[in-house]
Amino acid sequence: MSPKTLYDKIWDAHVAHEADDGTCLLYIDRHLVHEVTSPQAFEGLRLTGRSVRAPDKTIAVPDHNVPTTLDRAKGIENEESRIQVEALDKNAKDFGVHYYPVSDVRQGIVHIVGPEQGWTLPGMTVVCGDSHTATHGAFGALAHGIGTSEVEHVLATQTLIQSKSKNMKVEITGKLKPGVTAKDITLAVIGETGTAGGTGYVIEYCGEAIRDLSMEGRMTVCNMAIEGGARAGLIAPDETTYAYVKGRPHAPKGAQWEAALNWWKTLYTDEDAVFDKVVTLKAEDIEPVVTWGTSPEDVLPITGVVPDPASFKGGKVDAAKRALEYMGLTAGQKLTDIQIDTVFIGSCTNGRIEDLRAAAAILKGKKIKDGMRAMIVPGSGLVRAQAEEEGLADIFKEAGFEWRLAGCSMCLAMNPDQLAEGERCAATSNRNFEGRQGYKGRTHLVSPAMAAAAAITGHLTDVREMM
Amino acid sequence: MEKFEKLSGIAAPMPLVNIDTDMIIPKVFLKSIARTGFGKNLFDEMRYNRDGTEIEDFVLNKPAYREAQILVAGDNFGCGSSREHAPWALADFGIKAVVSTSFADIFYNNCFKNGILPIVLPQEAVDVLMQDAEKGANARMDIDLEAQTVTTSDGESFAFEVDAFKKHCLMNGLDDIDLTLEKAAAIDTFEAAAAQARPWV
Ligand code: SF4
Repeated sequence: MSPKTLYDKIWDAHVAHEADDGTCLLYIDRHLVHEVTSPQAFEGLRLTGRSVRAPDKTIAVPDHNVPTTLDRAKGIENEESRIQVEALDKNAKDFGVHYYPVSDVRQGIVHIVGPEQGWTLPGMTVVCGDSHTATHGAFGALAHGIGTSEVEHVLATQTLIQSKSKNMKVEITGKLKPGVTAKDITLAVIGETGTAGGTGYVIEYCGEAIRDLSMEGRMTVCNMAIEGGARAGLIAPDETTYAYVKGRPHAPKGAQWEAALNWWKTLYTDEDAVFDKVVTLKAEDIEPVVTWGTSPEDVLPITGVVPDPASFKGGKVDAAKRALEYMGLTAGQKLTDIQIDTVFIGSCTNGRIEDLRAAAAILKGKKIKDGMRAMIVPGSGLVRAQAEEEGLADIFKEAGFEWRLAGCSMCLAMNPDQLAEGERCAATSNRNFEGRQGYKGRTHLVSPAMAAAAAITGHLTDVREMM
Repeated sequence: MEKFEKLSGIAAPMPLVNIDTDMIIPKVFLKSIARTGFGKNLFDEMRYNRDGTEIEDFVLNKPAYREAQILVAGDNFGCGSSREHAPWALADFGIKAVVSTSFADIFYNNCFKNGILPIVLPQEAVDVLMQDAEKGANARMDIDLEAQTVTTSDGESFAFEVDAFKKHCLMNGLDDIDLTLEKAAAIDTFEAAAAQARPWV
């Protein structure tokens, strides 16, 4: 047998039909659903009289629109948001899919809830009408975002029409330096490859620095594969993976666990398998990074200065000019001189327990800068509960952070958590696009520890100086 | 779905790179539970002032491009969120084709489900088409999906690649779900075998 990559193996195990032209029907093991990209798909089923083919493999949770303030039990004020969440309540019930409503402690961001509940397992195919489905690749699952027409297609057929992507390897050799995290790895990779560098590929992340990461860290890395343009990001499962999965509510148990484990252990890239593209970074070369512009590829070490647009090539020159104007920055300005007024810690990139621990380690016994608006939005109700149990919530509250309920919140600002015009935010989320966190709001992407440091000093800060 | 065979239309130049789906349709408009009506908010933040008046310099607000059916865009068009609201907004406005050097994966797929043809061409070709688009309403660009060509108003023609299956569906206005359900037997067989092999799923 010819050697295969991890991606090849998962792909081959899920092809339900292959047409003469190579177009495949890929069987989908888990379909995650949220309120923003699904209403039109369920409506499509109703209009055509179709049902959900595999409701037991379909999991729904509202996250994008839900308020994260402590009084949310009294309902959603914004009428359109309320209608979307109510539509999901109804669709989940009518079509009989697994559901975690707003009132459930397990509710949270779909990409945090899936792994937490053991729905996401190695070797699976996982899709969701959301680009950050790539997160689940951390388990060695082939996971990617789809559009609403495809959501409807998966609901109706439990398959997706796909042609195979190419294989790309991103290897991070060696060990990370102190103060450098999974978020810095994933941003550094995008800085290296550009936002279109992964287009047409599925990335497998490997190397010592990746192996050393916890599941939380691996999810952070894979989460942003999409910002690098890739269809999906993957990390081969290992002992860290099995330890995380074991005992979760929907993970296999007993003899099934053993059978599953036997298969999972075959999920690695064969030694002689060929990748179409290889990128290698040394972990020692990665610094804590921030974004200065309006694309996730606009990445620099925190020790750097705002670049001169003239230093770029082609269409990027104008894009950089536009970005500096939008961000209100001047070329040559030190990144650590950039003053911020808002800090957001949360999202499916960095809303897990480990992220909150990293922030708390910096914030312990400290206060945020006067006038700073700072919020922590745990990725799920269970992450929130655990952080309270570990005493992290007290550290945040004492430091002056708002301690919120779970949801997407200011990651995309569909709920009332938004930046006002001209406000500048250090955010642990994944997108710094124009308007992403609010009209004319300005976003600098950072790790949770860097966000915490900035909250204290009031400007972008090298977290290593606070450790 | 509407069929796409040939198109002769005005092309609007949008040389900016990395035009993301938040720019194409900002999230404040994602709260609808319908598929239609997004066209008026296409490129909303680039197109309108906060008071709702039009920003004159924005390309689709210029008299020459108000009826544009084609966009010629910078690299990596449609990156970001998976929102299908982006192609819904483009289609609702009347855009039927987008030309760029590259597209984000999910956006690219979403286009085909909504009767929009995304065309990938090398930089040199996109440069020529961009110049042609800059001529405005006096110049019409021609797209022939069957022949897989884009032709400028001066008659210069570029061939493009497109997946045969996607082309077939677009040319015939076929619904993917109907096509897949024709293969229900294959899915049944696969599902039964997978349930044996991986019962924990
Ligand atoms: S947290 Fe942000 S990126 Fe993640 S699913 Fe929610 S909106 Fe999308």
